[in-house]
Amino acid sequence: MTYDFDFSVIDASALAVLAEGMAISLRIAAVAVAAGIAWGTLLALMRMSRWRALSWFAAAYVNLFRSVPLVMVLLWFFLIVPQFLQSVLGLSPATDTRMASALVAFALFEAAYYAEIIRAGIQSVARGQLGAAYALGMRHWQAMRFVILPQAFRNMVPMLLTQAIVLFQDTALVYVIALSDFFGAAYGIGERGGRIVEMLLLAGAVYFVICFSASLLVRFCRKRIST
Amino acid sequence: MIELTDVSKWYGSFQVLAGCTTRVDKGEVVVVCGPSGSGKSTLIKCVNGLEPFQQGSIVVDGTEVGSAGPALHKLRARVGMVFQNFELFPHLSVTENLAIAQVKVLGRRREEAVERGLAYLDRVGLKAHAAKYPSQLSGGQQQRVAIARALAMDPVCMLFDEPTSALDPEMVNEVLDVMVELAREGMTMMCVTHEMGFARKVADRVVFMDGGAIVEDCATESFFGDMSSRSGRAQQFLSKLLPH
Repeated sequence: MTYDFDFSVIDASALAVLAEGMAISLRIAAVAVAAGIAWGTLLALMRMSRWRALSWFAAAYVNLFRSVPLVMVLLWFFLIVPQFLQSVLGLSPATDTRMASALVAFALFEAAYYAEIIRAGIQSVARGQLGAAYALGMRHWQAMRFVILPQAFRNMVPMLLTQAIVLFQDTALVYVIALSDFFGAAYGIGERGGRIVEMLLLAGAVYFVICFSASLLVRFCRKRIST
Repeated sequence: MIELTDVSKWYGSFQVLAGCTTRVDKGEVVVVCGPSGSGKSTLIKCVNGLEPFQQGSIVVDGTEVGSAGPALHKLRARVGMVFQNFELFPHLSVTENLAIAQVKVLGRRREEAVERGLAYLDRVGLKAHAAKYPSQLSGGQQQRVAIARALAMDPVCMLFDEPTSALDPEMVNEVLDVMVELAREGMTMMCVTHEMGFARKVADRVVFMDGGAIVEDCATESFFGDMSSRSGRAQQFLSKLLPH
């Protein structure tokens, strides 16, 4: 009933593959965080807009993406969008669209979550601040840009980071579209060497170390902001 | 300078302002007082369009507030406003608080804006605090910075919305002193306040509001002079505020 662990599959070439995989994971996470926050900010502003059409669109968008599994969104973008792009742009079917699909899917999906975090952050800024900005002659976008958003983002840093950690873990889902991220690379190596258990343990340990240290960073930020 | 004609406002079916008519001429200081919930804060916020109103007209420095549209931003830049809770921008230093609207709204050069801001900061006696953040200042100091921030925009008139009511008693006077000085220099001012000593000292007229309506609007001497000619509500209000 004992299992003979054998970590010898993790040789130099395996490490190189894992490092490449990690680079892909981090790239997807970084792009998704940056694009998600940018698009999420716009969605949050739209949702709070006086224009009915804009706020309705943003609400529908956020509710849609928050109500479907991420894996499904990934598959949609992998299966549907490339075909659409091929027909529109005349790309050859051989063009590798996996990375692009993953980036777009993650960015659009995460934006829905970021939008809600950012909306809450904006609403956490005292109402009088907007009045004060208006009273000084600022336009709505100036009040947002120079007064409300800087305060909102400062309050939101821990929440945004926490969401980034979750997002980083979720990047492992790109294995469904055959992208070799860190998790996919680890699994592949294990499969080829017949040592899946070892590789899954290793992958788990790496995710744990990264995410746990990041969450310690979040705790540190929280403390700094609250003082 | 400021002319309100028959201004009415409703929140849903609840009427908060009922046919308010008054005026503040150039160089005049008008104090608006009344019990809480009488609509005085709402009225002063209507003057620079921070609160919409449904009926009547407000003309400030030649601009009709209710239908100003995009010109409203231009008007607000010329009308200084001081709030009950100071509303300094907490993420910016005192210097940045003073400069930001001058740069972003008036298009002044940064150095010029900072210089002007610091000059006004000096006038309110806080030059030494230029590099601090609002949270490092007392309430009275924050309110003085807020007044300097408004003045740095070269306003044609100033609106004060209960500028001392969020302050600890020992800080009220430092703010009132700045306001008195401003009044004596001839600034056009509309002040919502309970500070009757201030009203007596510098106000040209006192407006008394109750239930969203202007009940009294008369020269300061007569407002405080002959009590018997005041409305019952105003007498009651004053008897609670004035020292026994």
